[in-house]
This record gives sequence, structure tokens and C-alpha cells, in this order.
Amino acid sequence: MGAKEKPKLAMYWASACGGCEISVLNIHENILTVDEVFDIVFFPCIADFKVKDLESYPDGYIDVCLFNGAIRNSENEEMANLLRKKSKILVAYGSCAYEGCIPALSNLTTKDATFDKVYLNNPSIDNPDGIIPQVVTKVAEGELTLPVFYNTVKSLDQAVDVDYYLPGCPPEPHQIWAVLQVVVGALLEGNPLPPAGAILGAGTKSVCEECEREKQEKCIDRFYRPYQLDPDPDQCLLEQGIICMGIATRSGCGALCPTVGMGCRGCYGPPDGVIDQGAKMLSAIASVINAGDETMEDDELEHVIQEVIDTIPDPAGTFYRFSMAHSILRRVKNGKGDS
Amino acid sequence: MSVQFEPVIVGFLCNWCSYRAADLAGTARIKYAPNLRPIRVMCSGRVDPQFVLKALLNGADGVLIAGCHPGECHYVNGNIKALRRFLLLKKTLAQWGIEEERVQLLWASASEGIYLAEKVNTMTEELRALGPLRWHDKVLGGNGAQPIPVKEV
Repeated sequence: MGAKEKPKLAMYWASACGGCEISVLNIHENILTVDEVFDIVFFPCIADFKVKDLESYPDGYIDVCLFNGAIRNSENEEMANLLRKKSKILVAYGSCAYEGCIPALSNLTTKDATFDKVYLNNPSIDNPDGIIPQVVTKVAEGELTLPVFYNTVKSLDQAVDVDYYLPGCPPEPHQIWAVLQVVVGALLEGNPLPPAGAILGAGTKSVCEECEREKQEKCIDRFYRPYQLDPDPDQCLLEQGIICMGIATRSGCGALCPTVGMGCRGCYGPPDGVIDQGAKMLSAIASVINAGDETMEDDELEHVIQEVIDTIPDPAGTFYRFSMAHSILRRVKNGKGDS
Repeated sequence: MSVQFEPVIVGFLCNWCSYRAADLAGTARIKYAPNLRPIRVMCSGRVDPQFVLKALLNGADGVLIAGCHPGECHYVNGNIKALRRFLLLKKTLAQWGIEEERVQLLWASASEGIYLAEKVNTMTEELRALGPLRWHDKVLGGNGAQPIPVKEV
């Protein structure tokens, strides 16, 4: 390296579980190389940095910022704006930042309903005065403020411009390492960077491409939830009636879940060319339902198909488990002209 | 004088039956609600749920999918696939809080011009009663979409 300054790395969590941070530490001994190559300038999970440190940096000071977590409240959005300003390359790291992930499932309800469940009507809550967080509270000492809690969870790119996406919940260690190598190669050796907006550390095809299970024609008589069935170890899970999102999910993870008998949950997001992962999954799964044929009367036909569909208890939550914020409609309508 | 709400219905009509039914309604000079914006598709089985969602996002108040009667599909069972998709989509849209009347499926053969026209009339009335959908302003608008000013530091 000589006198040349090390590139600066930052990682920040917005509305996230912390698993993404752990996934970075999970790249095994390579984490030592990361420390050797980069200067870590902001990483609240592993070292004591304050927002004022970040504010003190000149614009574009950080070379790479790995931003994980969805945009749930105004503080998340403010930090996204600040990190965008301070970073040359901003990476939406993990499914939350990329497409909303689990936090964005609350787009299936409203802020009021969420507050009700979390602070008021919940068996493990003791809140007789019905106190819920307020944005501004006046106390004797002055005014106290909290971030504004949004009605809709946004992905990072719905708040600020994003250079790259790294999907996964969390991203797989070998993929993280591959992405870091690309970035390091670009910063230190002047290799070309991938085109802006690229999805890094993942394939372009579907998970089925990487899944070793035996695949035949799919004809499904009914769907099973994972606990209802002990799946055959070799046959395609979807063919056995277990909802496996592999057909509508980007490859790159090595089909970890289906390999161990758990249907793919869809955390790598839609493959190339698909806008709405849930709608594509819905479309695919509906067309392999083995019920009804052209000889039946209209009513009977609808009835037999409906019976199979009723074995999927929560289609929106299943098909959009990770991609709600990036779906076409983004949130549910609640008829109240929400704000 | 209040202006009557005119819903926009995006219609996906299959080439072999329902689009011809609409054609027949035209040549027979049947008067019906001008609210349908027909799009011809080769088969109702071609209608990707993404089309329906995109239409609803971009200003449609309702979506009508129309195909051949079961047993009469030009491609044998494309319409059965459409029905399976429609029923699953209907269940999903209910979770979205989208009223059942907004997305409908009907079978209309090439000779059923009058029937199609009647159905468009009924659907227009149903949507008129529900009011506009306006997804962009009413559902997404203001949902934390307000820009947060970048702090000057």
C-alpha cells in the first residue's frame, strides 16, 4: 500500500435485525483482510462511531458504504441521505435495503394497526394509560422528539440513489467476499466497476438452477405448510406441494433451503426481467394447480380450484415475504387516504 | 352541478372470443358504457397478474379479464389457467384491501356481444359506487414519501 491511503468502508443499519452485520463478520478469516485493506470509518455495530463523526467527514469521503435495513422512519431516511452524501459507492446490502424484506411486511397493514399491536392490545404488554410514542413531547425541561414512524416501509432506493444491490437475507459469505474483491480491485488496481444499478453477488437465473432436487412435471393437488409434511429428500419440494419460491427467486445462494428440505422463501428477490416477485410466483403456482378441467360446469370448476387455493392461508405474506416494498403496488390500500 | 365519476376499466380481452364479442357489440351498434379500455391478448391465459397490478397502480379503477367459456378455449385450457390465477389473485387482492368488484373475470363467446356490453355496464356502475382508486395519490401519496431535507454539515 505504501503511502497510499486505505479506502474507507462504512456499514450502517436502518430498520434491520442485525443479521447483515453478522454476515459481514461471517466471512471467516477474510474479515482480517477487510480490516487490512479498508479503513473502517463508520460501523456502529462493531465500533463506537457517532453520527457527529460521520457529519464531520467531507462529502464523498467514504469509498464504500454497505447500507442494510429498510427505511421505516424519518431517522432511517435522514441517515440514508447523510450516508449517500458522504459515500462514493452506496450499496443496498441485504434484502431489507434492497426490497423491504420482513419489515416491509407491515405494508400489509397500517401504522395505526402496528402501534395498536405493539403498544396497546398485546397479551405481553402492560400499558394501562395507553401511552404510545409521540413525535414531540413537551416536558418541564423542554421538548423531546422521536423520529416520525412512516405508514409505509420503503426500500433504500425509494429514499436515495443506490449504486449497487447485494441481495439475500442475509447475503451469503462467499458472495459478500466476491463483491468486496470487485470493489477492492476497482479502488486499488483501477479495474472497471460493474454498471450502476447492478445486482452484485448473485446469479441471474432462478434458484431451481442451483437446486439438486429431481424435477419432473409440476401438478399440485394441494399445498402443505412445512410442518404438515415430511418431504421426500430427493424430489422437488414444489412437486410435493410445499410452497417453494425457488422458481421466482434469483439464484446465488446455492439453494441452501431447498437442499435441507425447507421451501425457498425468496430472499434473493426476483430474477432478471421480473418486476414483481410475488405476482410472478402467484402466476406460476396457480398454473400448476391440478384441479378443474374444461369438461366441468362453471360452478364446479371454480369450486374445485378454490379448494386447492384455500390450502394457501396467506398468499400475500408468502409470495411477498421479502419483496413487499419493491412490489408493484408497494402497500395495501386501507381506504382512509393514509398519511 | 356535480360531475359524475367515470371509472376507467382496463379490459384484457382474448382474441378468439371476448374481443370478438366486443367487436360484435360494436357492429351491432349496442350502446354501452364507454369506460372500458380494451386490450387484445391472444388468450386470457396470457394475462400475467403483473398486468393487473400495473393497471391498478397506473390509474385504472378496475380490471376486466375476459376469455372463452371453459371448454371453448382456442388453446384447449388457457382459460382454465386464467381462472386458477384469477382465483388466487382475488384472494391476494383481498389482503391488499382491494374490493372484489375491481378485478373481475368473465367468459364471453364471440356471439355474446350483448352479454359483454351488459357486463361492462354493470361493472361501470359497481366501480362508480366504489369511487376512484387513484393508487398513486390516495394510497402511496404522503406515505413517508415526503423528502427529508439533507442536513447541511
